[in-house]
Amino acid sequence: MTDNINEKEVTPEVIEDAAEQDAKSKVMKEKDIDKVSKKQLIMKIAVQTGLYLFLGIMAIIVLFPFYWMLISSVKTLNEYNSTVPTLWPKQFRWSSYAVAFTGELNLGRLFLNTCIVGIVSTILSLIVTVLSAYAFARFEFKGKNVLFAALLATMMIPGELFTITNYVTVSSFGWLKTYTVLIVPFLVSVFYIYLLRQNFMQIPNELYLAAKVDGTSDLKYLWKVMIPLAAPTLISITILKMMGSWNSYIWPRLVANDMAHKLITVGLRGESFKDMSGMVDYPAQMAAVVIVTIPLFLVFLFFRKYIMRGVSRSGIKG
Amino acid sequence: MNKKKNQWKAWIYLLPALIVLAIFTVWPIINTLRMAFSNGYTYAKELKYGAFSFSFGFENFVSVTSYQGFTTCLGNTLLLTVLTVPISTMLALLVAVALNSIKFVRKTMQTIFFLPYVTNSIAIGMVFMAMFTMIPGVKATDPYRSIGIINSIIEAFGGTRISWVNSDSSKAANLAVLVIYIVWNALPFKILVLLGGLQSVNKQYYEAAKIDGTSRFRTFWRITVPLLSPMIAYVIITGFIGGFKEYSSIVGIFGNENSGDSMGPTGSPERWNTMVGYIYQQITAQHHGDASAAALILFAIIFAVTMVNMYVSKKKVHY
Repeated sequence: MTDNINEKEVTPEVIEDAAEQDAKSKVMKEKDIDKVSKKQLIMKIAVQTGLYLFLGIMAIIVLFPFYWMLISSVKTLNEYNSTVPTLWPKQFRWSSYAVAFTGELNLGRLFLNTCIVGIVSTILSLIVTVLSAYAFARFEFKGKNVLFAALLATMMIPGELFTITNYVTVSSFGWLKTYTVLIVPFLVSVFYIYLLRQNFMQIPNELYLAAKVDGTSDLKYLWKVMIPLAAPTLISITILKMMGSWNSYIWPRLVANDMAHKLITVGLRGESFKDMSGMVDYPAQMAAVVIVTIPLFLVFLFFRKYIMRGVSRSGIKG
Repeated sequence: MNKKKNQWKAWIYLLPALIVLAIFTVWPIINTLRMAFSNGYTYAKELKYGAFSFSFGFENFVSVTSYQGFTTCLGNTLLLTVLTVPISTMLALLVAVALNSIKFVRKTMQTIFFLPYVTNSIAIGMVFMAMFTMIPGVKATDPYRSIGIINSIIEAFGGTRISWVNSDSSKAANLAVLVIYIVWNALPFKILVLLGGLQSVNKQYYEAAKIDGTSRFRTFWRITVPLLSPMIAYVIITGFIGGFKEYSSIVGIFGNENSGDSMGPTGSPERWNTMVGYIYQQITAQHHGDASAAALILFAIIFAVTMVNMYVSKKKVHY
C-alpha cells in the first residue's frame, strides 16, 4: 500500500503544469489514503470482533462451572436428576443450604475450625515474618547472606518431603488432632519473609538513622515506620495466608481428621451427601460448594489488587 | 561495640522463625535422607530396635521403583504434566494477548479470567465431577436418570454420550476431564503473569512493526513472543513444578466419601494416582522409608526439569 502512494508521485516537467499536477496528485493521494484507512478500519473491526469472540467463548468456559454450581444448588433433587437438564431452575428450593448447615456435614463447626486456624496462624505468621524480614533488611550480622540464601534454597524442595518427617514429629509431640498441629508447622514461610524483606529494603536507610538520632528504639521504629510503609505487602500476605487455610486439604486430612478440628475442605470432600434412598443429593452438595466458594470470591472482589500483586510473584496456589 | 550489640539483636529477631524452621524444615531434610537410605526403614522399627539398627543402602529406592503402582504414578504424573503445561501456556498466551489488545470491558474480563484462581480446587473439582457424571437409575438395569450437563450438550450437537468419570469410564475419557480441569485451574495464574509482561513491553516495537507493514502473525512471533520469553519461561517452569505435584485436582474430581483420597473412578481408585498421591499412601501405611525415597525421586525430577528449563531458556530467552 505504501508503494501505491509512491507511484503517484509525479515530477512535473513544466512549471505551469506543476501546480495542476500537484493538486491532482494530492487528490489522488487523499483518495488512496482514504481507501487504505477504510481497509485498515475493516481489518481492525474484523480483528476486534475476533478478539471479543475468542475472549467471550473463553469467558463462558471459565464461568460455566460457577454458573452450574449456583443453579444446581437451588434445584430440587428431581429437577436436577431429570433427563433433560434445565439451564434455569423451574422452581427455587433454598432448603439445600439449610441441609448443608444442619446435616451431617455440620458446616458451622467446619467454619469455626477453619476461622480459628486461619486467624491464629495468620497473626502468628505475620509476627514471625515481620521480625525475620526486619532482621534481614536492617541488621548486619555474620552469615546473613549465607543464611538467607539457604532459606531461599529450601523453597525448591517439594512440601511432601517435609510432610513425612513432620507427621512423625507431630505424632511424637502428641499434637495429632489439635489446632496446634494445623498452625505451627506452617508458621514460617520463606517466601513471605523474602517478599517482605524486599519491601523493607526499599525504605530509605536515612529514615532509620533519623529515628536513631531521635532516640527511637528498633522495635518502635519497626512498628511506627516500617510496618505502615509496608502495609500493602502485609495485606497481601494476610490474604494469601487466610486463603491457604481455607483451601488446605492434604495436611489437615492427615493429622486432624476429627470433627472437633476438621477444616472446611476436608469436611466437604469427606461428606457423602446421600439422601434417605442412598442417592447422591447433588443440590445439597453444590450448596455446600457454594458456601465454601463465596467467601473467597468476596475476599477477592474487595482485595483484588493485593491478591494479584502477591500471586504474580509467587506461583503458589493457596 | 554497637555492631556486636546489633548482631545479637538480629538473632533475637530471627529466633522464632529459626526455631520453627529447624524443627519443620531443616530436620525433615536431614531425616528424609537418613530414612531413604536406611534399608527397610519404618518408624515403628526405629522405636523398637533403635535408629542405628538399619544398614545403609538403596533398598528403599529399589522397592519403590520396582513396585508397579509407582510406575503407574510416575507415568500418570508425566502424562498429565506433558499435556497440561503446553495447552495451558498456549491458551493463556492467546488470552493475555487478546486482553492486551482490547479496551472495552477489559477490567471485567481480567477479573473473570482470574476467578478460577480464588477457588478451592477440591470444591470446584466436585462441580466438574457433577457436570460430567451420569446419574444411574435406582436399579443397575434402569436407564440413566440424568446423563449430566456435558453429555446433554454433546447430544444436543448430535454427538454420542461418553462415560467420563463413572465406574465404567475409559482411561482416555478420564484423562480428558482431568486435562480440562487442570488447564481451567492453571489458566488464571499464567494469564496474570503474561498480561503483566505484555503491559510492560515497550510500545515502540509495535509502532515500528506497524510502519514496516509487518503482519499481525509475524509481529506476534517476532516481537511479542521474544519480548515475553522471560515470563513464558517462568510460567512453564512453575507449570512443570505444579504438574509434578498434581494431587488435589484429581482428589477433587474422583475423591469420594469412603476414601477421600480416591484417585480414580469408583472401582479403580488407583487409576490416576500420582507421585504425591503415592507418597501420601506410603505415609499412611507407615512405610516411611519408601515415602522418603519417593519424595527424593520427586525432588530429583523437579530439580532436573527446572535445570533443563533454565538451561534452555538461557539460550532462547531474550532479556
